This record gives sequence, C-alpha cells and structure tokens, in this order.
Amino acid sequence: MFKIIKQLTSLVAMFAVLFAFSTETMAAKKSKTLENTKKRGFVRCGVSQGLPGFSNADESGNWTGIDVDVCRAVAAATLGDATKVKFTPLSAKERFTALTSGEIDILSRNTTWTLSRDADIGLTFVGVNFYDGQGFMVRKGSGIASTSEFKNGTSVCTNLGTTTELNMRDFFDSRGISYEPVVFEKADEVVAAYDAGRCDTYTTDKSGLAAQRTKLSAPDDHVVLPETISKEPLGPVVRQGDSVWEDIVRWSLNTMIEAEEYGVNSSNADMMKTSNNPAIKRLVGAEGELGAAFGLDNEWNLRIIKQVGNYGESYKRNIADTGILPDRGPNELWTKGGILYVPPAR
Amino acid sequence: MNNIIKRYIPQILAVLFVVLIFGFLTLNAQTNMDNRGIDFGFDFLSQESSFDVQFSLIEYSGSDSYARAFLVGLLNTLLVSFISIIICTILGVIIGVARLSSNYLIKNTAAWYVEFFRNIPLLLQIFFWYYAALRALPMPEKADAWFGVTYMTVKGYYIPAMVWENLNVFLYCGLAAIIAIIVLRNYANNLRDTQGKQIPVLLYSVALLIVLPLLSFLFGGVSLEFEIPELKKLSKISYIYEGGISLPPELIALVLALSLYTSTFVAECVRAGIEGVSKGQKEAAASVGLTPNQVLKLVIMPQALRIIIPPTTNQYLNLTKNSSLAAAIAYPDLVLVFAGTALMQTGKAIEIVSITMLTYLTISLTIAAIMNWYNKKIEIKEK
Repeated sequence: MFKIIKQLTSLVAMFAVLFAFSTETMAAKKSKTLENTKKRGFVRCGVSQGLPGFSNADESGNWTGIDVDVCRAVAAATLGDATKVKFTPLSAKERFTALTSGEIDILSRNTTWTLSRDADIGLTFVGVNFYDGQGFMVRKGSGIASTSEFKNGTSVCTNLGTTTELNMRDFFDSRGISYEPVVFEKADEVVAAYDAGRCDTYTTDKSGLAAQRTKLSAPDDHVVLPETISKEPLGPVVRQGDSVWEDIVRWSLNTMIEAEEYGVNSSNADMMKTSNNPAIKRLVGAEGELGAAFGLDNEWNLRIIKQVGNYGESYKRNIADTGILPDRGPNELWTKGGILYVPPAR
Repeated sequence: MNNIIKRYIPQILAVLFVVLIFGFLTLNAQTNMDNRGIDFGFDFLSQESSFDVQFSLIEYSGSDSYARAFLVGLLNTLLVSFISIIICTILGVIIGVARLSSNYLIKNTAAWYVEFFRNIPLLLQIFFWYYAALRALPMPEKADAWFGVTYMTVKGYYIPAMVWENLNVFLYCGLAAIIAIIVLRNYANNLRDTQGKQIPVLLYSVALLIVLPLLSFLFGGVSLEFEIPELKKLSKISYIYEGGISLPPELIALVLALSLYTSTFVAECVRAGIEGVSKGQKEAAASVGLTPNQVLKLVIMPQALRIIIPPTTNQYLNLTKNSSLAAAIAYPDLVLVFAGTALMQTGKAIEIVSITMLTYLTISLTIAAIMNWYNKKIEIKEK
C-alpha cells in the first residue's frame, strides 16, 4: 500500500510540473516575444535555404542579404547588436509552421504578402522590403522571346509551396495552354532539373530567377522573359497576437527606408544628431521619445542605421553590387520614381 | 481487496495518464491556435484547390477541390507502391534463389547485388536514378525508338496509347477465362484425388487465356488501335511527343530505386525461407520418387512460404512508406500534393498532417491484412 501511495505522489508531482509548464506557455500570449528575445540574447529569424541577394550563407556561415538585414535591424533595435541573430534556414513548405509554432519570431524569407496568408493562417505581414513579380526563364537557343510563344505541352519547373504554383495555373489556364508542372521541394533541385533539360522553362519570382541563373552550368545560355505575370510584394512576417513585436519589426524596416529618404546612412548617422531637420533628428533618436512606444530606449533607430545601414545601402551591398538586379526598378524610393513609400516616423 | 487494488490501480493510473497527456496536448494546441487566430476544421477540403498536378490517374484540374487533389496524390502513391511491390517481389525471388545456386558466379553476383543495394541510403539511390537518368537520357528529338514505337527521353518514356472499341466485351471474355480456369483447376484436383489421373492444367489455362479474348476480337466487335507518340516542336530547340502515354521520369526513377532497394530485403527473406526447410524433407521427397520440380513445388515451397511471408509483409509496408520520399524528386504523391502544396496553400497543418498519417496507416493496415490472410491460407492445416 505504501508503495502505491509513493507511486501516486510521484505521479501527482509529474502532473504539477506539466501544468506549471503549460500555464507558463499559455500566459505568453501577451507581448512576451520581446521579453523572451532579451532574455535569450538573440533574435530568432527564419530565412531561405540560400537565395543570393536575399538570404544566403557564405562558407564560414555568415548570412547576408536584404531579408537578413531586416532581422539584423531588429536585433540592433532590441538588443543593441546587429550580429545577435540566430538564422534558421527554412524550405518554403516549412516556413509558416516554424513561425506559428514559435520556433522563430520573424520570418524574413522572400515571402509574398497575400490575403489568405495574412488573414487565414495566424500570420501578420509587417511591410514590404522588395516588390517582385513572377517571371519565366528559358534557354536562349529556343528563340522564345515572350510568354505568348509558349505552346501546349510545355513543361515548367518550379518550387513547392509558393504562390508561384497558383499564378502559373492562372496564367496557363487563362490562355488555354496545357502544361506540365514539375514541382520540387528545394530550389537547388529545381535548378538541377531545369539545367538537365527536364523542363522547357523555369518559373519563380523574377529576383529569384536572376539569382538562381547564376547557379546554372552556363548562365549566359538562359534568359528571363520580359513579362511579369503576378504581383509579389515580399516582406517580413510575424506571428499574430503580439502587436508590440509586430510594431518593432515594422518600424525597424520603415526606419531603414525612411533613413534613405532623408539621406541618413551608416557613416553620417552620428553627425545627423545635430541636423536642423526635426524629422532627421527623430530618425537618429535626438528628438522625441519614439522608442518608448515599443518599450525600447531612444537610440533604437540610430543603432539600426549605424549597424545595418539604410535600405539603399542594403540594396546596393546585397543585390546591386552582386550583379543580381543592378536596376532598382519599383524598389526605388517614391521620391525617385519607385514605389517605396513608408508612413512617417513621428 | 488489497490484491485487487494492487492489480488494477497501476493499470487505471496508466490509462488515466495517457488520456490526460492527450487531453493536455489537445488543449494546449487549441489554446495556441486560438491565440494565433487559426481555426480548426475540415471545410477546406471542399474548396477549390487552384493548383495543377503534373501526373494524375483521374481527371483533375485546378478548379477541382482539395479532396480531389488528395485523391490524386493517394492514387499516385498507390500506383508507385503497387508497381514497385510487384517488381521487387519478382526480383527478390530470383535473387534469393540465385544466392542458393551452386554456380559460383551466380551465387556471388547475387550476394554482391544484395550487399550493394541494401547498404546505400534509399534517398541517395532515388537521387542517383533521377539525376543520372536526366543527365544520361537524350532530348526528345534525339531519342531512338525502342521497339519501333516507344521513346525514352529526358522528359519521360513515351509509349503508344491503346484506343479500344467495346472494351467491356473484351474484359468480360477475360473474366470468363479466369472463371473457367478456376473451375478447371478444381475439376483437375478432384480427378487427381479420386482417380489418380493428371491433366496438364497449366497448358489448358494458357490456352483459355489466349483463345477466349481472341474470340472477342473475331465475333464481339472488339477492336484495338494504337495511338503512336509523334514528335512536336515547342520552340526552336525544344520538342515533345504528343499522343500516346507519357510516363514521367520521376515515376520511373522512383520505381527503380524503390524496387531495387526493397528487392534485396525480399531476397534475404526468400533465402531464409528456403534454407529454413530442413534438408531431410528434400531427401525424403526425392526418395519417394518425386522429380526435382515436384520437390520444390510440393514439398519445399509450401513450407518455405510460411517463413517467407511475415518478414516480406514488413518489406511491402516499408516500401509503401518509403514511397513518400517521392517529394524529393517531384513525383506528385500524397506527401507532395497534399501534405506539400495543399498544406502550404491552406495552412491547415494539423488537419492535413493527421489526414495524411491516417491514410498511410490505413494503407499499411490493408496490406498487412491481405498478407495475414494469405499467411493464414498457407499455414499448416491439421487434418
């Protein structure tokens, strides 16, 4: 009998531990992401498995790219150090589950903002850091110069779990062309199959095509067709239910874009503290109490600009100088003919 | 009283514990999903899927529902498993018997085959067959015809399609032939048991299988035409075959990898089964005057099968589950279509993963049930 009582008590103890644990995880529904991030000492960021210009790791494991820079900006704002980010490479298929299950806190992985993703599956898009559109790549020798020259039976290689699959169907169906979708889980497999001649064309976001073209055995033999068949606003995503964290990520991105607008960059940020323009002074933390709204100190935005740079610097470093898309196109500031336009930080 | 408590309390507690754990997990998932505004439900299954699938056994387009997409994936999984199981069984039996051959070359070749294919991870083999095939196969316009009318190309294996007229008459004739064969076998067995006479059943069966369907062509109005694949130009440098049936290279690579890999395990089961029958049985059978063929058919195999069937069932189950690696090379199986694309487009992770798990469980249990039935049928019957 004594033995049974002993077993019982240990069982009860086990349950007590379990439930204590559970109440703690349940209480986390308020704005705990920032608190946990500070406690942990690094920002948990989900990125791609290797897309040059957006998020790509070099041989020594250093991540670079404009998607990576968004996470670095958040780390600079919240922890004071842009290097304190843990990057988790995710496939297109895994990315949302990783975010909603709490494995990462920011998903910055060239993800298209759509209604159903925003409203349906527990995600919140905080902004757009790259305006893209879906295109097609073909072999130069094919003589195809426009998507209107595709014929019945064209085989198309692409990635699993993307808006690409849906756009492609809309595109071919609306033109009454029958096609063969060949859908791979990883981008590298798509490239290998297209390279081997399995498919007549490769479709994904145009920036992706430009980046993946560099991985082909003879990049110069391939050409991206001029047409854009969809709108693909790419941007960082956070979990629904933590509006403060959402604001921090949104305004970290906005700060980078606004800094470019006002000509503040990583080298002149400190000097701008004494600027005559109040908008600039707010941007470098010399006026107003903008950080207080997120529970951050007043130099959060200055640190972003100093450590990561403004959007223009990030674009130049990652996308223009690497030869992926030297022309900024729609990703130019609204003041210079593009569509990058962010609400004022005040 | 004390004894009863001692016996039942731990069991009740164990059950309670499991129930509580599941309850806790469900509650936790529910709370987390509520917090994040995700709702649980299977309504999405009737919504329009709006994506296309490369290869399907049934009519399917993007305007069909997610439920139909599920069916497409399921049938593709069943197709690849079915073909691979048949091929791996045939190969496995041949290799298994070859390992017992007294010929040095045959024996060692079989042994090397087994050791080679079973010791390389399956995923690597799938990649090997797929990318090796893609690199090695010719583009459609450069392909030579195999058997005059089929073309093996980087875009798939193109074979002629059969265009039937009055197909049902033909099928009825086939069915009639099978029924006739069963009746004939029972009659022959009866004749052998009562009068000791033997008639060449196999010969008659083959004749029936050929003659009856042939009659349907002559008198039943059945006709068969072949639609031969023809080269079509898509652009200056790319071609495709039109007409006929195209077997995608993904399917071929997957079947190759799965059946070569699993056949090694089946071969070992077969070898174990045959070696498990004691030598005395063979010698005794030979001493009562049975021919070597009869010894194998009537004495060795019935006993060996009892040893072979249960472990082979495991291999069939493994093969079916391994077919989910298809997603790596773009073969649209259940995992790629449903747990891949459909999951991504709907975001219903818990629902879709549970449906997929239940589906694999059902397939496996069905295979196990069939094999258990077969095992029951061939086990020792005490008379």
